[in-house]
Amino acid sequence: MPVKVMIPTALRQFADGNDTIELEGVDVGQVLDRLADTFPQLKRHLFDDDGELRNFVNVYINDENIRDRQRQGTPLQPGDELTIVPAIAGGG
Amino acid sequence: MLQLQLKSEHDDAIRGHAQRAYPHECCGFLLGRDDDQARRIVRVVEAQNDRGDSQLHNRFTITPEAFMRVDKAARAEKLDVLGFYHSHPNAPARPSTYDLEYAWPVYSYIIVAVADGKSAKMTCWLLRDDRGRFDEQPITCARETGSTKEIH
Repeated sequence: MPVKVMIPTALRQFADGNDTIELEGVDVGQVLDRLADTFPQLKRHLFDDDGELRNFVNVYINDENIRDRQRQGTPLQPGDELTIVPAIAGGG
Repeated sequence: MLQLQLKSEHDDAIRGHAQRAYPHECCGFLLGRDDDQARRIVRVVEAQNDRGDSQLHNRFTITPEAFMRVDKAARAEKLDVLGFYHSHPNAPARPSTYDLEYAWPVYSYIIVAVADGKSAKMTCWLLRDDRGRFDEQPITCARETGSTKEIH
């Protein structure tokens, strides 16, 4: 089933400039893997060397953080929207 | 490097937010569009500093939920989240090591210094793709008359 993946501005240069991509997948992990296969430059920004989602990257299904569900194993339903959200922090 | 173009109302809004938040850090979003000549800011949106601990005076955090809400609204208006602003109370308008640690490429990071409750120097920074350091991004401020000036 195709789901929409929303790409934040900071990562679009690694996804051929796309702000939204439609991909097939039964769970979040499958969609993220297909995203990384389609845009290999994006992979290092999403995953660490162990293949885990980076701490500075959040992924939401609709309004829910996948870390509050089954992480990459979270199943997807038709029409779900998957949003990649960069962690934003700083300070002097 | 594209210069960052603000309107005077944005300059006023960022400085006003920084002064109201003092001695804590303020933070917010920069929405707009890039074209061949400039990174043009169309709107600034205040965010709540969600740091929620004793480090509000020198740290800021924007929640993912706030990011999603603003990003969705921006997309609906054909705008992009192009960066963020935050204040440095009683500290210079230069990125800290902590700023470097949390920054992303592409985004513009405005920093406004606040000294004794009054806004002072404002700067903007872009992270290099290798994440090694920031480069300063020139800011121009467009007045209603159409004139522009560099701001500091």
